[in-house]
Amino acid sequence: MASVGLVTPQFMSFSEPLPLKSGAVLPAYTLAYETYGTLNAERSNAVLVCHALNASHHVAGTHADGSVGWWDNLVGPGKPLDTNRFFVIGVNNPGSCFGSTGPMHTNPATGRPWGADFPVVTVEDWVDAQARLVSALGIETLAAVVGGSLGGMQALAWSLRHPARVRHVVAVATAPNLSAQNIAFNEVARRAIVTDPEFHGGHFYAHGVVPQRGLRVARMIGHITYLSDDAMEAKFGRELKAGPGAALGYSTQAVEFQIESYLRHQGDKFSNYFDANTYLLITRALDYFDPAAEHGGHLSKAFAAACGRRFLLVSFTTDWRFSPARSREIVKALVDNRIDASYAEIDAPHGHDAFLLDDARYHGVMRAFFDGIDRVGGSTP
Amino acid sequence: MTLPADLEVIASLVPAGSRVLDLGCGDGSLLAHLQASKGCSGYGVEIADGNLRQCVARGVNALQLNLEDGLALFDDKSFDVVLQLDTLQHLRNTERMLRETARVGRIGIVAFPNFAHGPNRLRVALGRMPVTKTLPYQWYDTPNIRVGTLADFEVLARRCGLRVTDRFGLHEGRVVRRWPNLLASVAVFRFEAG
Repeated sequence: MASVGLVTPQFMSFSEPLPLKSGAVLPAYTLAYETYGTLNAERSNAVLVCHALNASHHVAGTHADGSVGWWDNLVGPGKPLDTNRFFVIGVNNPGSCFGSTGPMHTNPATGRPWGADFPVVTVEDWVDAQARLVSALGIETLAAVVGGSLGGMQALAWSLRHPARVRHVVAVATAPNLSAQNIAFNEVARRAIVTDPEFHGGHFYAHGVVPQRGLRVARMIGHITYLSDDAMEAKFGRELKAGPGAALGYSTQAVEFQIESYLRHQGDKFSNYFDANTYLLITRALDYFDPAAEHGGHLSKAFAAACGRRFLLVSFTTDWRFSPARSREIVKALVDNRIDASYAEIDAPHGHDAFLLDDARYHGVMRAFFDGIDRVGGSTP
Repeated sequence: MTLPADLEVIASLVPAGSRVLDLGCGDGSLLAHLQASKGCSGYGVEIADGNLRQCVARGVNALQLNLEDGLALFDDKSFDVVLQLDTLQHLRNTERMLRETARVGRIGIVAFPNFAHGPNRLRVALGRMPVTKTLPYQWYDTPNIRVGTLADFEVLARRCGLRVTDRFGLHEGRVVRRWPNLLASVAVFRFEAG
């Protein structure tokens, strides 16, 4: 299937301050975004794609530097989210490090980089920022909002905060909040970063250093949780770095097993492009997401706001970080409110990462759902 | 849209405008029909990936759940009608499913192959297991983990405290009310919690 081809990020600046859930405000800010496909005359075929922890507005197509969008297997001409029919928007969230205003940018109050002083942003704050971009693009109502993992939380939050502005919600491999175990993994990652001597309380930019050791460890622990035990076993097993049958080095420091080599490689790569303050902010946004909290812990009461939307939820059986049981909690809240919803529980071996892969059953149900939007929503350009 | 004759009969039992839960809804054709022609709404429950995709493609709400895990997702009396068509014979815990059906729905409708249908009896009398349109499988290669009869279900319904409000047989799309346990290949029951 074809790609949307060469794409160039765009930027939009907002001078009106963004009030945040914490009570703080983000003064002026810029959002990086990309669009694919054509907005129809009725402006009714727009689909917003929300990104997860380490992704960005670059959802589909290819940048001049050759980098391919993170959901390119889903979004494009003839693909399940078909850009021949839909106008797809990818947006980078504030606090991120891929172009939108973030901790490495200048704090207008001090004239220095925000660093650790960047205000704590929540899923709801992101959704509010996205809603302003959608308005600025001349779109009142989205045909759909789509996301996986943390992006799925944003899709859910859209249906609760701006229900009149979204007709369909697709939330993949997500959860109504993080479990204690999930927060625990995030905390380990954050401690790794914060205790790196080169973190300098979050103001490392001024020192010309990056807390790379912390970022590496954060990425390594994250990566372990995105894969299933079986997938890791199948891919690496006890394979040695030096090759089959090689003599053991009997070293506690050197890389002995392939899995160690893989994790170190992933950690190194990540620490070269990701911002440490962004990692702290985004994991915190994950921790804080809990729409039921404002309703006495009753998720069904929270989802009363979403009545009239149509939902598709997808989970993966081997995803232990955002397990099917967590998606079923959302399904129950939707069913309790008699909200139109379908739920696919895909028996895929890859763990949480499955939401980025192109399993035929997963993409088949996504395609069927998006095709249905096209049918009932009059969204053909 | 045309339904198989058996499903037409079942559809006629569902009051217009009902909230319907279809357990083992297959490709969603019955729910789609009930939505389009009788203004019904609700959900199907289906375990097979291909069926689920077809439900979504025809605009039917479908939830991929394993019925063996029970119906904890659904509140008491949250549906007007709960359908279990050609599903019962695939489930391990029939008794629990029936009680759950009566808990979740005001009306339960069950249909399953009637093993006491005449040709089946004859086949067994001749010493072999039946292979028919309704029971098309060889005994060694079948998704049915049990077979039962119309008369058997009466006993089970009593045991589960269900009040049977209608029972009849179906054979090749026709309703059989006279000696259904002998003359019908499919048994149909409508019941409520007792």
